[in-house]
Amino acid sequence: MTGREDIPIAADEDVVRVRQVVRSFAQRAKLSLVDQTKLVTAASELARNTLTYGGGGAAVVELLGEGRRQGVRASFQDTGPGIPDTALALTDGWTSGRGMGLGLSGARRLVDEFELDTEVGRGTTVTVVKWSR
Amino acid sequence: MSAVERIPILKIGDVLLASIQVDLQDRDVLALQEDLAEKITATGAHGVILDISAVDIVDSFIGRMFATIASTSRLFDAHTVVVGMRPAVAITLVELGLTLGEVRTALDLEKGLAILAELGERAPR
Amino acid sequence: MTIETGRSDNLADLLRTGAAALTARWVELAAAPLRGRLSPAELERELSELYGALLSGVDSGARDVAAEPYAELRGQLADLSRRRARAGFTPSETAIAVFALKQALFEFVDRDDAQGGLREVVVFSQLLDALGLQTFETYAKAREEVIDEQAEQLLELTTPVVKLWDGVLAVPLVGTLDSARTQVVMEKLLEALVTTGAAHAIIDITGVLAVDTQVAQHLLKTVMAARLMGAECTISGIRPHIAQTIVALGIEFGDITTKSSLADALRHALRRSGVDVVTADRRG
Ligand SMILES: Nc1ncnc2c1ncn2[C@@H]1O[C@H](COP(=O)(O)OP(=O)(O)OP(=O)(O)O)[C@@H](O)[C@H]1O
Ligand SMILES: [Mg+2]
Repeated sequence: MTGREDIPIAADEDVVRVRQVVRSFAQRAKLSLVDQTKLVTAASELARNTLTYGGGGAAVVELLGEGRRQGVRASFQDTGPGIPDTALALTDGWTSGRGMGLGLSGARRLVDEFELDTEVGRGTTVTVVKWSR
Repeated sequence: MSAVERIPILKIGDVLLASIQVDLQDRDVLALQEDLAEKITATGAHGVILDISAVDIVDSFIGRMFATIASTSRLFDAHTVVVGMRPAVAITLVELGLTLGEVRTALDLEKGLAILAELGERAPR
Repeated sequence: MTIETGRSDNLADLLRTGAAALTARWVELAAAPLRGRLSPAELERELSELYGALLSGVDSGARDVAAEPYAELRGQLADLSRRRARAGFTPSETAIAVFALKQALFEFVDRDDAQGGLREVVVFSQLLDALGLQTFETYAKAREEVIDEQAEQLLELTTPVVKLWDGVLAVPLVGTLDSARTQVVMEKLLEALVTTGAAHAIIDITGVLAVDTQVAQHLLKTVMAARLMGAECTISGIRPHIAQTIVALGIEFGDITTKSSLADALRHALRRSGVDVVTADRRG
């Protein structure tokens, strides 16, 4: 096993695959069961957004080691329409579709680091990190 | 594309039981929703129990399924109880900000059945 | 044999004339394993300071690092170690700051004096340094594990989940609650709900001295998580001043059941599970 894995996101089953890979990385980073669950749930939300709104893309999952801490970084990238109003998209309950509008805002609460990088017409990248305690 | 995974639905008395044992894809979730609606009308069941003790994550999509199943079953006068939610899943759902609508929850199958029995008594048909 | 060589020694001269080149190379070598986690400017400031203190120690003629002329250097190294430990660096990453100067010095000397013998000693000495570091690293790691275990055991001891009645669990919390401990309690309690099948839990905070926003939030989330799992959770023993804090912090306890004492909470839980609590008839 290496410290990095790239997973294409083009169909439903890829979201499941992302969850599995993120879970195994979280275990390797010795995250607690609750923290593993939080990270996998955030990844599931973000991968689904990449699929539904970004029109597909890829996830990059990496193991991080920094001194005594270990962590997992997961990045979700697409070249879709981008998000015109990020503040709105990050508001609890706001959805442009038929969702509950909890994916982005909820994922942010579930992780230690959250970065949203988006440009209308170019695409969206969301990167999250969770550290072991 | 992998095939839709159909989750078996058991009938115990007038209660339908679906135990989720696999890592659900979104389309499996939708299939379960449909199957349950169909079974409720076909059997006239008065309760639905979703056993999620084997499920290690519930995200907003799966959470919404619970709520949808609950409100659909209400249309047919049936109640829905989700049983066996793991602590880590519950903690995560609270953080995610998800509420389950009309869904009742119970620690295990036995307590879930008890809730349904009580609800049935309270509203005799 | 003595290594006290007196005042006019080569080493001090060498360190003085090579100061600029040596410090620069030292910073370079020490920076590599830190992979940008410390700014070059900060590292340079630290190491220049060390170099100054080292030079004055060596200059005194003393070669015993426990001696007075090295007091300042020892102090600086202690500070540096503490800073590194706090920032989460490993023992090796920390010690490298010192060892890297050796490498810089060897390179510096090697330029003008390339006697075969010296070169081998240098290589072998670096090998030994690496081995020494490895030993130390393993040792430190083992120590840390022991400490972590003890901390965890202590946490276990201070947060017991007890069974009050059939189907009713309680955690009496005592002392100062911090965010980490509250989180542990939360997880332990929820786990206990699963293993015992108890549908009622009471978090008793009579013995808690103070709560902050985070702790109050954790308590709230525990109650909500328990509810999602199908159990009912009551908070008992909220002291007046803690109630005031909670209100002042703007935290909504909403529809969460609170009871003034553990006894009240137990009575409530029993009633909810269908047990009638009556006062015993004393006449008999
Ligand atoms: N990768 C993306 N590309 C373009 N738009 C996005 C992307 N991710 C999110 N969005 C926009 O942000 C909104 C909010 O996303 P969020 O995940 O919070 O909610 P949702 O997906 O609509 O519902 P939920 O995730 O709760 O089912 C989406 O409705 C969509 O408009
Ligand atoms: Mg979403």
